Order: sequence, then C-alpha cells, then structure tokens
Amino acid sequence: MTVEVVLAVIQVLVVAAGAPLLVGALRTLKARLVGRRGPRVLQPYADLAKLFRKEAVVSTTTSWVFRATPYVLFSTMVVTALIVPLLLARPALGFAGLVLLTYLFVLGTFFLALAGLDAGSAFGGMGSSREVAVAALAEPTVMVAILALALRAETTNLGGIVERLARDPLLAANPGHLLAFSALFIVMLAETGRLPVDNPATHLELTMIHEAMVLEYSGHYLALVEWAAAMKLFLFMTLLANLFLPWGMAATAAPFAILVGLLVFAAKLILLTVALALLETSVAKLRLFRVPELLAGSFALALLSVLSVFLLR
Amino acid sequence: MAALAYAAAVAAGLGGAWIGVAGMLGATWTVRSEHVVPLGGLELAMDPIAGLFLALIGISTTATSLYAIGTAGEPRDDPAAYLAFVGALGVVPLAANAMTFLLAWEIMSLASWMLVLNRRDDDVARRAAWVYAVMTHAGLACLLAGMLLLGAHTGSLRFADWSAAAPALAPAVRGAAWMLLALGFAGKAGVIPLHVWLPLAHPAAPSHVSALMSGVMIKLGVYGLVRVGFEWLGTAPLAWGVVIILAGAVSAVVGVLYALVDHDLKRLLAFCSIENVGIILIGVGGAMIFRQAGLEALALLALVAALYHAVNHAMFKALLFLGAGAVVHAVGSRSMEVMGGLIKRMPWTAGGFLLGSLAIAGLPPLNGFVSEWLTFQALLQNVRLEDPALNLVFVLAIAALALTAGLGAACFVKAFGITFLALPRSEAAGRAHDAAPAMRLGMLVFALACVLLGLGATVVVPVLGGVAAPVVGAATSGLWGDTARLSVSGSFAHLSIVTVAGALVIGATIPLGVLALTGVSRRRRLYETWGCGRMLQTARMEYTATAFADPFKRVFRFFYRPEKRLQLDVHPESRFFVQRIAYANPARSIFEEWLYRPALGVLRAAIARAQRLQSGSTTAYLTYIFVTLLVLLVLR
Repeated sequence: MTVEVVLAVIQVLVVAAGAPLLVGALRTLKARLVGRRGPRVLQPYADLAKLFRKEAVVSTTTSWVFRATPYVLFSTMVVTALIVPLLLARPALGFAGLVLLTYLFVLGTFFLALAGLDAGSAFGGMGSSREVAVAALAEPTVMVAILALALRAETTNLGGIVERLARDPLLAANPGHLLAFSALFIVMLAETGRLPVDNPATHLELTMIHEAMVLEYSGHYLALVEWAAAMKLFLFMTLLANLFLPWGMAATAAPFAILVGLLVFAAKLILLTVALALLETSVAKLRLFRVPELLAGSFALALLSVLSVFLLR
Repeated sequence: MAALAYAAAVAAGLGGAWIGVAGMLGATWTVRSEHVVPLGGLELAMDPIAGLFLALIGISTTATSLYAIGTAGEPRDDPAAYLAFVGALGVVPLAANAMTFLLAWEIMSLASWMLVLNRRDDDVARRAAWVYAVMTHAGLACLLAGMLLLGAHTGSLRFADWSAAAPALAPAVRGAAWMLLALGFAGKAGVIPLHVWLPLAHPAAPSHVSALMSGVMIKLGVYGLVRVGFEWLGTAPLAWGVVIILAGAVSAVVGVLYALVDHDLKRLLAFCSIENVGIILIGVGGAMIFRQAGLEALALLALVAALYHAVNHAMFKALLFLGAGAVVHAVGSRSMEVMGGLIKRMPWTAGGFLLGSLAIAGLPPLNGFVSEWLTFQALLQNVRLEDPALNLVFVLAIAALALTAGLGAACFVKAFGITFLALPRSEAAGRAHDAAPAMRLGMLVFALACVLLGLGATVVVPVLGGVAAPVVGAATSGLWGDTARLSVSGSFAHLSIVTVAGALVIGATIPLGVLALTGVSRRRRLYETWGCGRMLQTARMEYTATAFADPFKRVFRFFYRPEKRLQLDVHPESRFFVQRIAYANPARSIFEEWLYRPALGVLRAAIARAQRLQSGSTTAYLTYIFVTLLVLLVLR
C-alpha cells in the first residue's frame, strides 16, 4: 500500500515536473530548426515561477466559475497523471480505461470554455467557441482509435493494453496499429493546440484558439492554466509512447527496473518530441475551417485501423 | 387551491415511487376488473421493468410538483390537467392489456396536450398544440392498428398471451405488428424523423410539465420499444435491432446538431431530449442484436446501459427544464440572446443548471458519465459478433455516440455560458431574481439524484441488472464487481467512480491549499475586462449564442443549409452611412422541407379529390349507403 502511494506521488511529480521541460525542449528545438537560438530549455520553469509571484488581475465581470476553472483543470490533469501507464503498467488508478481518460480531458475543456465566456470579452468567446468545436470534432476519432486498440488487446483498460502488447509484440507489427497511432497523433495536435491546428506561439486575434480563451487569465491563475496545458501535452505524448511502444516499462515495482523504465521512457519521449518539432516547423497553420478536414482524415485512419482488424481475423 | 392539488401530486408521486421501487426489487402483483370497460377490462400488472418506470415517474412527479407549488396560481396554471397527466403516466407502465394501455396512453396524451395549449391567445402555442395533437394521434393510430392485428392473430388482448404466442406467428404478421407498434412508440419517444412535435410542444408547456414530458413521457415510448422488441413479439430478428440502433444513432447526432444552433433555451433542451433518446436507443438496439446472436451477457450489459441512461436523463433533463423555467420566469423571454450574467442574480438556479449541464454532457463523476461509459463498453465488445457488416454498424454507432458526446458538451457550454455568465444582455436579465424556495427544493431533489446516481453506480447497476435480466432472457442478473469498483464483462473494463471523484477533489485541493498557505492566492486585484483600449465594456461586446454556434454551422453547412438574411438601411444621402443592420442566419429543417411538406402536399391533394364525394346532397349520401350495403352483402 505504501509502495503504491509513493509510486503514485512519484508519477504525478514526474508528469508535473517533466511537462515544462518538454515544452521548453520543444520550443528550443523548433527555434534551432528554423535557425534561431531560441530560449533556454529551462525557460518554462522561470516563466511559471514568475507568474506565481505576480499579482493576478481578475475581471469584475467574472463569477466564481472563472476562479474555480484553473483548479478544476489542474485537477483533471493530476487525475489523468494517475491513470496513464508511466512507471508501471498499472498505475495508482489502474482500473481506469481509455473512455474515462477521454472524458476527463473533456471535463477540463468544458470548464476552460466556460471561463473564456465568463469575462464577457469577444476574444474569450471566440476562443471558447473554436476550442469546443475542435474538441467535439476530434471525439469520434478518439473513440474509434480506442476501439482499434481494445479489439487487439480485448480490454479498454490501459494497463491491460500495455501488458498485452508487451507480452505479444507481434500484435503491434501490423498496419492497423500504425494507422491508429497516426490517428491519435493528429488528435493530439488538435487537443493540445499544436500546429497545424492552433499556433501556441501566436497572439494574433484571427488565428488564436487556446490563447484567446485564456486571454483574461493572469498571475497564479495563468500559471496553473499554462502548467495544465503543458501537462496535457506531456500526458498525450506518454500515452502515444507507452500504448503503442510499451516495451521497456518496469514490470515490477523494483527501484532499479523503474529507473531503467524511466530512461527508456525518456528516450521514447525525445523521439516523439523531435518528430513533433519537425512536423511543426514544416507545416503552416491551417485555416480554422480547414481543420475539420484534417480531423475527418484522422477519423478515416482510425476507421481503417478498426476495419483491418475485422477483415484480417 | 392549486397548491393543494400539487401537494396531492407530491404525495401521489412518493407513493408511486414506493410501489415502483418495491416492484423493481421483485414484488409482482396483478389487479383486474372486467366490468368497467369492454374488451378484456382493466388489468394492471407489476413486474421489475414496470416497477423501474413507475419509480422513475414517481420520483420525477414528486420533485416537479414541489417546484409547481412555487409557481402555483399563475394565469397559465392548470392543476386538473396536471393531475390527470401524472395519473395516466403512472398507469401506462403497469397496463397489462391493450385496452388499459391505450386508455392510459390517450389520457396521458390528451392531458399533456391541454397543458401545451395553456395560452390560447398565443399563435405559437396553438400551432405547437395542433402539431402535437396530429402527431400523437397518428402514433395512437399505429399502436391501435398494431395491437388489434396482434389481438386478431393471437386471439387475446393480454400482453402476457402475446409473448407466448409470438414465436408461432407468421413472419409477415409479426413484422407488420412490429412496424406499427415501433412507429407508434418511436413517435412518442421523438425519434428522428418523427420528432417534429417535440421541439414545438415541450417549450410551449409550463416548465414543470416540460420537465415531465421530456423526462418521463418520452421515456414511455422507449419503454414500449423495449416491451415490443424483447417481450411481446419474442426474440427480435436481426433487422429490427439494426433499425433501432441506426435510428438511435441518427437521432442522437441530428438532435444535438439542432440543439447546438437553437437559441431558445427551452427548445434547445427539447432537441437535446431527442439526442438522449437516441443514446438510449443505441443501447436498446445493441441489446436486441446481441440477444439475437445469443450473447445474453452482452445484451444484458447494453440494456442496463440504456435503462441507466433513461433514468439519468429523466433526472438531469428535469433539473435543466426546471432551471430554464426559473430563468424564463425571471427574464420574461426564452431567447438566450437577452440573458447573461444570471449567475450573480440567481446563484441557486445557476448552480443547479451547471450541475445538470455537467451531467448531461457526460462528464465524470456525475451520472451521465456512468451510463455513457456503460454504453461505450457494450458497443466496444461488438467484435464477438461474427458478421463484419454488423461490426460496421456498431463502429458507426460508436462514432455517432462519440460525436454526440463532443457536440453535447459544446452545446451545454453554450447553454450555460451564454445564459448565466458575463454581463446581462438585457435590462430584464439585469433585474432578475432567484427562484422561490419551493422551486429550489424541486431542483435540489433532481440535483441530488444526479450526484447519487453517479457516485452510487456500483449499487445502481446490479439493481438494473436484476430488472433487465428477465427482459433479455439472461439466466443471472450479471456480475458487476463489488461495491468499490464496477466491472464489466470480466476484465474488459473497470470503473470506480468514487475514487475518481475523490482524486478530483484532492487534485484541486492541493494547489488550492498550497497557494492559500503561501499567500499567493491573496495577490489579486479586481479590474475590468481587457478590451483593446476601448473606454467601456458593455454587453454588446460579448459573444452571442449565434456567434458561438457559428463554427458548427459552417462545418455542418450541408446539414443546416443556413439562410443568410442581411438587411441594410442606409442614409438617403450616401450609402456609406449605414443607419440600421438586421442580420439573421437561421438553419432550415431538412425534415420539414424534404419530408413533411411534400407528404402534406400529397395528402392535401388527395383530400381535395375526396372532397368531391361530399356534395352536400342527401340523395347522394343515401346512394353511398346503399352501394356500401350492396357491396358488403355481395362480399359475404
């Protein structure tokens, strides 16, 4: 029991502490790829520390929903961090499956979109409206891709999928697996506000989605929101890394095995980060109303992945 | 006086809930009286599924009647029709023969029709009542025809006899009876494309009646579909299940798409009822297919999911309708575009509406999440069916359900955000006051039910398993894990909703505590919203409901076929000085334009022809009678 609690705390700390590093590494890498020096890799930590020290300005128009949202959002990310297989195949909330995970992300988005409307500025409303549109259209891809994984592993339980793939690597060696991976990768781009869906570096009114929605936040509220956004990216990357390439994860709670597992996990994350940076520097942002086409494409990939299971059995 | 009638309804509701829960847990009984009406007399019978629906009606009636005490005495009040309505609602699930069933069904329809027609001077309400009367009686005609057909071929009008005789029926008779009964029940449930009455009638009724109509009356259509699909006609052929699951998927997506672009708060909720009936029918259809394939355990899971969602929807939809009623009462309009900022003026109603929005969007740890989760787990196991075509149907249902969940969340961000947040968009919204204590109490009952049905999933699911097991013919009521954790199909999926709720609370408390202890959260200043340097923030700068729904209107352009109406009044001297701009961008209903209008056109033409028979001359009428007599004699 104590071991489990310690592992749960470590896992949350890995996600919470690793997320700003991931964002920093991604930013630096993208800058280098386009020939800029870019900020330090550790800059996001400094940014968070600065925001926590600053005074928060809260609009008089807002209600308690605006003030509660950063905590709700942060909380959904902490719970998700207890669900995603990272140190072990069965983390603290090891019963949980992919459906719960998806709905927890929706819970965060729901409150954030309400907060965007709460200040009564046109920016916030615009951001909320666009954010929920993108999130809603990504939903079918997520569920069908989950089906693709569940069909192969015969469970929707995250730990179950990881254990099954680790036991039976041949399951991963099929085109359906790759298709489901691509579908979820595109969903990650949409859900975490990356290029070509949303530009995390922009503050141009017409193109903002996520940034417009959180425009009214400042001080420690903004710190929590930004931190949660970084954790969301980290968690999505972890999911992609460990669901589709589960090898190397510790099988038991022995300290050495967990350390090795963490190193392998870091290597997988680096690989994914490089891929994401390459993609983000080579594509332009899509017009907002072309995004549904991209998501329809990802849905087609997920559907093909499922059909390949039915047709090849 | 009216308050007394509602107090009686509260008592009746509590009694109904008590009897219903007892029946749900296994108490069966029958009451019979052959003397009051012909054709088999009146007969009531209790079994678990009837008990479930009676309990649902009882609890809903209790809370809506409490709310109605708070609004009693208003000019639109009609307590007599209300009492008849809730009484008939309670009899429908207990009816054990066609006569009793149809009598109760018709009283339920007529009483609710009178409640819809409460404002006789209002053209919109009159039209709503007219469409409702036509659609509900078309449905009644289908039910009557189907039941008489079954009665003629089985020689009995008792439902129990039908179940016994059904396997021996000729397939054509069985198919025709199913089609007629399914059409009648689907019309009452508001399945697309038989839904046209629902978004008209539900908003026109007083809010406590809307809550009952959306929460439980349309559920009785689902009840009928379950009875027909599983019991009255024996094991349903594959095609029936496929029809139901596809109808459910279409209703879910189309219902939520219309809800997204509707800015009448109560009509939005009515469209959303169509969506939720769709979700329930996806479960029912899935259960029918699994049962036909011999997978009783999966059929049980799918039906439990559907019944759970039916119960949940009754609770959160009633909560939302009561909240919307309080808002409409305070603002004096149903249009969301004149609301806003109500969270500060009506904190209780806002809290209830937010809880209902979270529940209906299927967000953990509330009840809507549990039933949607169960539905997904049932659908995801379709790989155990052999036929790839059936697998494809399930994959489409999963995608439709996922899209519905996403769009539903977006819809309720709009419904809550535009109605309750930011600045008031009208003077009336700025002067709004919170609901009366009795109204709050009614909402509180439903809000509590939403929380308890979510956190108590491990207790609720085995009970529903007991209700559904005899319906699908499963030997056991299923294995559902222990009180701490819900388990589905062995190790396929688990859920411990209490743990998730606890983790969410802890996850929010830690940063809250840390920031409060370090004094960070005290560093806060109140100031106006940032607005690019303009002088004053007004409600005109807020995002409107129309603007919020615009991305969806563009993405689903092929479905909405929106019209753009732009009217510019310019200054007579120069067209560059615009004096007034009127802009509207309404969505058009493809069902009305492509289905109902042509069908009504054909009907009208046929009636015009038939009118020639009605010449007004008595001699001609006598000739008709004579000819009819001759024909009948010859046919004998």
